[in-house]
Parts: sequence; structure tokens; C-alpha cells
Amino acid sequence: MEGSAPKLPRPRALAGWGRYPIIEGREYEGEELEPLAAGAVLSRGLGRSYGDASLPPAGGHTVLGTTRADRLLAFEPETGRLRAEAGLSLLELNRIFLPQGYFPPVTPGTQYVTLGGMVAADVHGKNHHVAGCFGEYVEALRMCVADGRVLEVSEESEPELFRATLGGMGLTGHILEVQFRMRQIPSPWIWAESERVRSLDRLVAALQTASRTWPFTVAWVDCLNRGRGIAPGIVHRGRWAEPSEEPRRPPRAKRRIAVPFVLPSWVMSRWLARAGSALVFCKHGGRVKRGIVHPETFFYPLDTVLHWNRVYGRRGFTQYQCVLPVSQDGSSYRRFFELFRREGGTSFLCVIKDCGPEGKGMLSFPRPGISIALDMPIRSPHTSELIEVLNELVIELGGRIYLAKDAFTSAAHYRAMDPRLPAWNEVRRKWDPEGRLRSAQSVRVLGDRP
Amino acid sequence: MKAVLFGATKGMGRALARQLAERGEKLFLLGRDASELERSAADLEVRGAGEVGHAVCDLLEPRGFAPALHRASEALGGFDTVIVSAALFAGQEPLEADFVLRDRLLVANFVNTVHFCEEARVRLLAAGGGTLCVFSSVAGDRARKPVILYGAAKAGLSHYLTGLDHKFRRAGLRTVLVKPGFVRTRMTAGLPAPPFAGQPERVARDILRAIDRGWPLVYTPGIWRLVMLAIRSLPRAVMRRVGF
Repeated sequence: MEGSAPKLPRPRALAGWGRYPIIEGREYEGEELEPLAAGAVLSRGLGRSYGDASLPPAGGHTVLGTTRADRLLAFEPETGRLRAEAGLSLLELNRIFLPQGYFPPVTPGTQYVTLGGMVAADVHGKNHHVAGCFGEYVEALRMCVADGRVLEVSEESEPELFRATLGGMGLTGHILEVQFRMRQIPSPWIWAESERVRSLDRLVAALQTASRTWPFTVAWVDCLNRGRGIAPGIVHRGRWAEPSEEPRRPPRAKRRIAVPFVLPSWVMSRWLARAGSALVFCKHGGRVKRGIVHPETFFYPLDTVLHWNRVYGRRGFTQYQCVLPVSQDGSSYRRFFELFRREGGTSFLCVIKDCGPEGKGMLSFPRPGISIALDMPIRSPHTSELIEVLNELVIELGGRIYLAKDAFTSAAHYRAMDPRLPAWNEVRRKWDPEGRLRSAQSVRVLGDRP
Repeated sequence: MKAVLFGATKGMGRALARQLAERGEKLFLLGRDASELERSAADLEVRGAGEVGHAVCDLLEPRGFAPALHRASEALGGFDTVIVSAALFAGQEPLEADFVLRDRLLVANFVNTVHFCEEARVRLLAAGGGTLCVFSSVAGDRARKPVILYGAAKAGLSHYLTGLDHKFRRAGLRTVLVKPGFVRTRMTAGLPAPPFAGQPERVARDILRAIDRGWPLVYTPGIWRLVMLAIRSLPRAVMRRVGF
């Protein structure tokens, strides 16, 4: 009832996009976040992080669901400056602003994320090599910190907290509002090119070449192929289309199909993954394809299938994403793929992307090098062992993993990967000395109390 | 359309206001909390509504209804549509246990909502007619154990609105009685969702169509018309045994 104290919601099973792990917890829902923030250990948006980043620690804790707090609060057409509540989804943002000629300066590979989540994970996209992370465009945040105070946080007012919050996985305070700059675009369409490449080395080279002249680049690797080349793939490059190239119709919302129920876990077998992979690469046909495409097709190819995580069944899946510094001879990523294959890894989808320099976020994932993302079905105990082995190589090569995807990395491994952690911890402790804000992931990876 | 919306900062009212804003309608918001009104007005403006005014109006303060509608009329230069989605909600057990809560809910959802509608009716008729769209509930269609008190107030409201339609349609007042089924909003958060639970955006689309076409009654999601037909025709002996 309106006006009464927030009622404790019923416990239910909460999970991230990978449906692993599943944790019994509670989730507040409401249009007003401030009155609910004090009772929650963490904010959670659309739950699109793959592992346990958006989940409360086990033990019936409560998270603050933000998706109903989705109001636009201000927009300046001249500068693109936009302020909105943290639960606003990228889907809604694009629906409203794409026809008006604005687009977020950085977008992840799905629209089913909230602004709060984009800040917490400091997301990157196909333009990381030129644009950096989303946090570079964030001007201010309204936050509720652990002691219940509500603050306007920016580079000027609270620089430490601001930088610790970009990529801080929601552990430095509840993000209530986000102010950032939208980008003006010449047309709502994308000029896209894609090219099939026969080997991993050539693929990485093609990706890096493309990144010198194109604002959006990414590559898919067929890491199941047993052919001669270790891993052939497709390089995608794109830019906003000029008004002269624009089709007459504005882009319409894409039709979506849905996976109606959770399929049995055996469906996503090695065999099917290989067949699917082959299909993608055969469908591409000839060497180079180019033309005008719908921005959803280019930025969010998987969003067309709702609930695609159900394909992986009850056991769920995980995505392993790491970034590796590139050595002159390219041995780092080659060693990674060789190890992955030797250890029996299976991945239907493998995406690589060259990353630009580190940004403002104290704990943000990207660093110069090549980012590799692999989707894999969970097969215990094999998956956790595989990730342990991969992590050891990533540590040796001086890379690190992306917390928004992670469900398995140990505290020791994470510490070894990220020398920035102590500095970030210090800021976090200053704002939350009692360690009130925490997640299932922070218990596992940062050693927080459960 | 020049529309006054009472209770559009949240839930289904919010979703409906957004769809009106995207069509470029002129809007004025009434609600209990000034800062919430301001934020919702900003949201609607960015979505295309032009300037959105607002005034504080509390369902528990009926003396404020006339001045609030007067302010809306001044800001919009007269209005032709009034949409009421403001209401209170509480479960049956808390309402049985707490006199104050029960009194507030019954008064707000029936007595005061009727008072507000009467104020709106007089103004709309004086301006030559218009649309009065009010959210009641399927809970008013048949008494059910978990929503006896809430449902009783909604049943009274539905009865009143049906009467308005009978008496004033000819004079130009189009009364649209909205009966939402189970819709996923903050009001129902934490309740176990039955089959056919609706999303606020979908519900808002149905209501907007009913407003545009002047339908006197709309169940939304539409399947609830059939669900309630079935529930209304269940024998008393069955209703005594089942839990819903």
C-alpha cells in the first residue's frame, strides 16, 4: 500500500543471464529507489551479467531491482546531455532516441541492460578502440551510499568514488540516476562490411587493420573448426551511414522470436555447436559482404532471439571473457586458443575485439590488447577446472577477466590478475567500512563476508 | 486531446501517460507527491508531450479535488479527458486486522474516487462533453476470498461508473470503465502471478484504444473478460471451497 514501510518481498530463485549460479534471494521492486535502498545489499537491473554479479550473497539477502525506476529526467538536444533514472533500459533509450538521431556513445552487445548496469560494469562495445568505455561519457551519478546518504557524484564532487563506481560492479553504492552524453548520428542506419578470414593470425591482423579506419569493429572466431587453420573467422566493421546512403524508410523495430521454454541441457552439445557454427560461416558465403544494415542487426544480433539463454538448459552456461596484452608475435592469443582446445573447451560463440587504452574506471575491464569472449555450457566439474586453467594462463600473460561475465574465478586468481584492486578496495572501504554492500560475486572474488 | 491524469506517476497510469506523451497529447498530472510529479512530468516532456504541468492532489483529501482540477483546466486551457488510475491497495488480511488501513482504503477507492469523478463529470459536461476513464478492477466482478474489501470498493466504483455511462453518454460524457486483470506492477510485486498476468505497456495500449473509441468497458489483458465470465458463473458452493 502506498506510504507504508517497504514490505519484504518473497524469496525466489535469482540468477544471471547464464542461469548459473542460482541463489535464493529477495528482490525489491518499486518506482522509487531511495526508500528501498537502505534495505538492500546491492542494486540489480535486468540481470544480464552472466554469472553472480547481480545476485545477493546466499542467505536470503535482498537486492534492489531498479527496472521500474526508468524515467527520463532531462535531455538537451544541442549537447545530447541526458539524465535518467538508473533502471532505464537501453532498449527503451534506443526506441526513443534512435529516430531522433541520437545513440549512446558506447553500447554493449545487448539492449537488455539498464543504465545503472552499464555504469556498474563500465561496459565497452565495438568502438572501444576509439571511444573507450561507457564511463568516459558519464558526467554525474546520483548514488545512495552504504550509510544511507544520497549524493551527487561526479569527477568534481567525489572523484575517488566516481572512478571507483565506474566498473565497480555496484559495490560502492546504489546508483539511482545517471547523467551522460548521447552521441548525435548522421543517420539511424549502419554501413557494415564483413570479411571471412582463414586463420587466427590473419583474423587478428584484419581486426587491427580495420580498427585503424573504422569506428566499429569486432570479429567472430570459429573455435570449433578442426580444419587446417587453427581458427578461421569473420571480421565485422561498420560506421554510421551518411544521410545520402540512407534507405527511405526509417529502421523499424525488429521482429523477435523467443525460446519458449528451457531446453534440455544436452541440446547444446558439441555436435550442435559445431553445426551452428558451420551454418553461420557458410551463410556468410563469399569473402566480403557490404551494405546498409539495421542498427539492431549490427549491434545486437542476439537480441532477436528472446530468452536465448534457455538453449543451454537447466545446467546453464557461462561466458569466459578475458583481455590479453598483444605480444609482437601474437603468441598470447594463439596460446590461449590452443589451451582452450587442448582442454576440451566447446564454444558456439567466440567473439574477439581489440581494446584501446584503459579509462577512468578504477576496476574497469578493458586494457590495451585483445579481448576474447567464449560462451560455454556448464558441465561440472569440467567447466570450473577449465576456467581455472585458462585463468592461470591469463595471469601469466598479464591479462585479466571481465567480472560481468564471471561465475567461477577464485579470489586468489582475481587478485593476481588485477594490481589495481588494493586501491579500489581502499576507496570502497572508506565509503562502506562495515561492508554492507556486497554480492554473491564479491563474496567469491573479493572475499567479502557472506 | 487535453488530458488530466490522476495517479500517473506509477504503474499502469505511468505507462498510459507515456503512450499519450508519445502521441504528442497535452497532459496535466495530479498526484500526492510534488517531487514525483515533477520527475514524471520531465519524463513525459522528453518523450514528446510538450510542457506538462502538475498539481498536488491526494485521494485522501477530497477538498483538494476541485482546486486541483481548476488548476489543470487553467494550465491546459480546458480539458476534454480525465483519467483516474490513483488508488490504494492492500491484501485482505491486513485490511481485516487494521481499522485505520481499512477505512483509508475503502474511503479512497470508493467514496473519494466517486467525489473526484463527480467534480470531473461536472466540468466535462459543462465543456460540452469528453472522456472520463477510471481504473476499477476485476476484483469488483465477483467476491473472492483474497480481495473481499478491496473488491467491494471496486465493485461499488464499477457500479457507479456504469451508471454514469447510462445517464450521461447522450449528453456527451464518454465513461470508460477499465478492469485490469493481474498486471505486473509494484502493486502486485511479490504476489504469486496467475496465468495471463499482463505487462503495464500492453495494458496501457488496450486502454488507449478504448479511450480513442469510447468503449464503455474494457477488460485488460482481454483474456480476463473470459476469465471473469467463468469466475462469475461458478456456483457459490465452489467459491466457498476454492482459495482464489
